[in-house]
Amino acid sequence: MTLGQQILQQLINGISLGSVYALIALGYTMVYGIIRLINFAHGEVFMIGAFVGYFIITLFKLPFILALIFAMIFCALLGIFMERLAYKPLRDAPRIAALMTAVGLSIFFQNLMVYLKWIGASPKAFPRVIEITRFEVIENVYLTSDKILTLGVALVLMLALQYVVHKTKMGKAMRAVSQDKDAAQLMGINVDSTISFTFALGSALAAAGGILYAVSYGKIIYNMGTMPGLKAFVSAVLGGIGSIPGAVAGGMLLGITENAVSAAGMSMLRDAVAFAILILILLIKPTGIFGKNTREKV
Amino acid sequence: MKFRSLIKMGVVFAVGFVLHLLIKVGFINGYYDHILTKICMFIIAAVSLNLINGICGQFSIGHAGFMAVGAYTAAIFTKNPDLFIPAAIAGMPRFFIALAIGGSVAAFVGFLVGLPTLRLRGDYLAITTLGFGEIIRVLLLNWKFVGGASGYFGIKPYANFLSVYILAVITVVVLSNFIASSYGRACIAIREDEVAAETMGINTTKYKIIAFVLAAFFAGIAGGIYAHLMQAIMPRDFSFLVSIDILLMVVLGGLGSTSGSIVAAIFLTIVTESLRRFQSLRVIIYSLVLIFIMIFRPQGLLGNQEFSTPMLKEKIRLLFNRTKSGKGHTSTEGTE
Repeated sequence: MTLGQQILQQLINGISLGSVYALIALGYTMVYGIIRLINFAHGEVFMIGAFVGYFIITLFKLPFILALIFAMIFCALLGIFMERLAYKPLRDAPRIAALMTAVGLSIFFQNLMVYLKWIGASPKAFPRVIEITRFEVIENVYLTSDKILTLGVALVLMLALQYVVHKTKMGKAMRAVSQDKDAAQLMGINVDSTISFTFALGSALAAAGGILYAVSYGKIIYNMGTMPGLKAFVSAVLGGIGSIPGAVAGGMLLGITENAVSAAGMSMLRDAVAFAILILILLIKPTGIFGKNTREKV
Repeated sequence: MKFRSLIKMGVVFAVGFVLHLLIKVGFINGYYDHILTKICMFIIAAVSLNLINGICGQFSIGHAGFMAVGAYTAAIFTKNPDLFIPAAIAGMPRFFIALAIGGSVAAFVGFLVGLPTLRLRGDYLAITTLGFGEIIRVLLLNWKFVGGASGYFGIKPYANFLSVYILAVITVVVLSNFIASSYGRACIAIREDEVAAETMGINTTKYKIIAFVLAAFFAGIAGGIYAHLMQAIMPRDFSFLVSIDILLMVVLGGLGSTSGSIVAAIFLTIVTESLRRFQSLRVIIYSLVLIFIMIFRPQGLLGNQEFSTPMLKEKIRLLFNRTKSGKGHTSTEGTE
């Protein structure tokens, strides 16, 4: 295996992992773009999505694609529910209050999972939904079927999101609210339902990310959302928080970097990489790759 | 005023001394001694977190990470007799020096984490401190010298009640003076309105970093105490949930109220100890309490007032006025 082949192989692995980060990062970035809140519970939505998928596949024996759709719908509702109950009352409160609520929600969901008897704290094996076959793309560079599935689903969802945001009325409303909430309201846009819709979209994408992650890792556990959630946030910052293409680019970049570090034999430092990137980006270019520099006005 | 604070100090030391005596004669048994010491440790942690989250208005959720840094550093120094401190210094003095080193290392790490994030406005500190806490845990898990996942054992139990009590008093005095100083007022100005504070000529980054580093220092001390109290430390002792416990103390006590943090630290440590058997249920309740307080009372349960004699007098007066209207005023005279 030559160096070039190895690099190509790691690139493929990185993009596959990165597309999962990108799916989660999209939720972060949209929610941040619209109400300037880091939704710490987003990683938990990702985890819950994986669990819903797991139960649909094991209990109801439904095919993967239906499980994916149901999990996305479930998490979209969960997102709306969360926004209405926990974040909406705090929209005008100090930012720190909303952040603490988000942290509280995250802890709540994690420990609820541990507390529920039929979930518990031990990991569960995610069923094989796809026969793992290896395709040799070029000599010595392989593409496995689960990676194709991950990439395919992620790509379809990202294109769908792009369509919703840029071609539909609701997407236009989302963009308007994220630019100026008050002006949007004056133009007759229902700000509340737009924000709820944003949460629903982001949560649905996180659920899809959760299932794809579970498919490629083969197991799910109550705290599986913490690290991917954190890394997805780093991806969002890397790409420029609030920017949708930025979240995708950031996710891919982080996935590739992480895989490169593991491949270089420093897999112990994998998790630290994201953190180092966050610190670096905050030092060098806090607005991220695609971010616009906006002055805060009083 | 001087006289009053003297009396206050006297009362504080008398309480500590009496508790110490009660422990010595065996009236308070080992278990409660342990809990009392733990309470003092959590007071240090909560009061220092209150400086960032309550006084300065920044949102840090990686306090356990700084505690871990302090705990492991201090433990390394007391366990290895030849490391930097001459071996002749042993026992309690060594413990205090190790604590100071642990605190300083935590403060330095706090500086490294705070510098890039506190320059910026917004919520980056929250996510950075969260990430920092996780990374520290991962690094400790992989560091064989301190035992990795199985933990670092055989730390000598230097942290007795009296010494930790004194440390807690010192912490509270230092931080209260900091809050009352011009530095503290600058921090409060940043909390109230960062843009306005900057316009008034306050170097917001500088003050935020000072507060953050100071808080990290005391968190490190609290961690060092924890190590010498439990005698064994594991990376999972400093998980995110510990940060949340401390955060809840600050929120329950009222964001920005030092005395509130103390009261809440006492209360929550006792509750946590008594609910030890129901770990995940306890955390569920804690998180719900956190959410509900934020939704219905964002300034924290007790608000940002301090407990003081005039404040208590006022409260009692109001209470009496409510029950027997009009006549209450004279009856409060007796409560002084």
